[in-house]
Amino acid sequence: MTDLTAFWSYLSEGPLLWLALTLLAYAAGDACFRASGRKPYVNTVLVAVVILAVILWATGTAYGTYFEGAQFVHFLLGPATVSLALPLFDNLGQLRRAALPVAAALLAGSATAAASAVAIAWALGVRGEALASVAPKSATAPVAIGIAERIGGAPTLTAVLVILTGITGAVVATPLLNALRIRDWRARGLSVGVASHGIGTARAFQINPTAGAFAGLGMALNAVATAFIAPLVVALFR
Amino acid sequence: MIHSLLVLLACQLAGEAAARLLGLAVPGPVIGMLLMLGLLAALPGFAARVRPTAEGILANLSLLFVPAGVGVVGHISTLGTQAVALLVALVVSTVLAIAAAAAAFVLVARLAGVGDD
Repeated sequence: MTDLTAFWSYLSEGPLLWLALTLLAYAAGDACFRASGRKPYVNTVLVAVVILAVILWATGTAYGTYFEGAQFVHFLLGPATVSLALPLFDNLGQLRRAALPVAAALLAGSATAAASAVAIAWALGVRGEALASVAPKSATAPVAIGIAERIGGAPTLTAVLVILTGITGAVVATPLLNALRIRDWRARGLSVGVASHGIGTARAFQINPTAGAFAGLGMALNAVATAFIAPLVVALFR
Repeated sequence: MIHSLLVLLACQLAGEAAARLLGLAVPGPVIGMLLMLGLLAALPGFAARVRPTAEGILANLSLLFVPAGVGVVGHISTLGTQAVALLVALVVSTVLAIAAAAAAFVLVARLAGVGDD
């Protein structure tokens, strides 16, 4: 028993166990997704996050300890963002031809995301710091956090809202766009990237490469657009 | 693989440097993506060399959000007493934003005559 306890404290303090568990939870999430017949609400990220949250809670492990191992995965977000240039490059011809619809979708999506989120939260009684934290939630995390700081929001709250927005977008996109009878992969991808950043983009890549490329483009464009739109929206509700 | 990883990291590094030096609101990796796009367009044959690594990373893009997602669980309590209001705002606005963006795209594509192919 003491040996086991000593072994556990040795393992749980190092990065190896948590890195392995992160990959294992993701593999389990992916297996659930496939077993469900690729149902959008069985989201791989969501399943993996729930599994890991339960493990951390059950073993009384601090997030900081977990992140010692998980940081190796987290770090790859940067190179992955740079990698999005490749599908963009592959679809450059399509993108050039679709410049007008892309601009229209970006404006409509970005303004709707910020304005409707703030308006609904305001109508439900949210005020002050929390209200400003909602406005940039459709932008990719580092951008959203930077914007929240500038417009008087709480960065931690914004980070939570950004991740939850991403998961929401990844879950609702397929049934929603099917119900709206939108079959154009460019429109489907771009709208998901604009509304739900990288997590939505990851979901789009699971479905179709053109949708993935346009989602990556939507995410990048909305990172810029939200920096202008979110402060305007918050000013309206002050 | 080492060379293409180096290229990805170099673009990110240049992007971070540009974001800091010029005080841009756009994050370094997004600027790095634009630099990478410039390289791909300027150098013939470059795409074929970085493709295996870049596509390998992108194929597992979802995995990379798991650590941040786990961090969020611990902060769910920061939603506080307004949790329900914030969650309703978040879900409804995300649905509206996807619908608005997709509808705007399809409408303008039709008007401009740039249909799907």
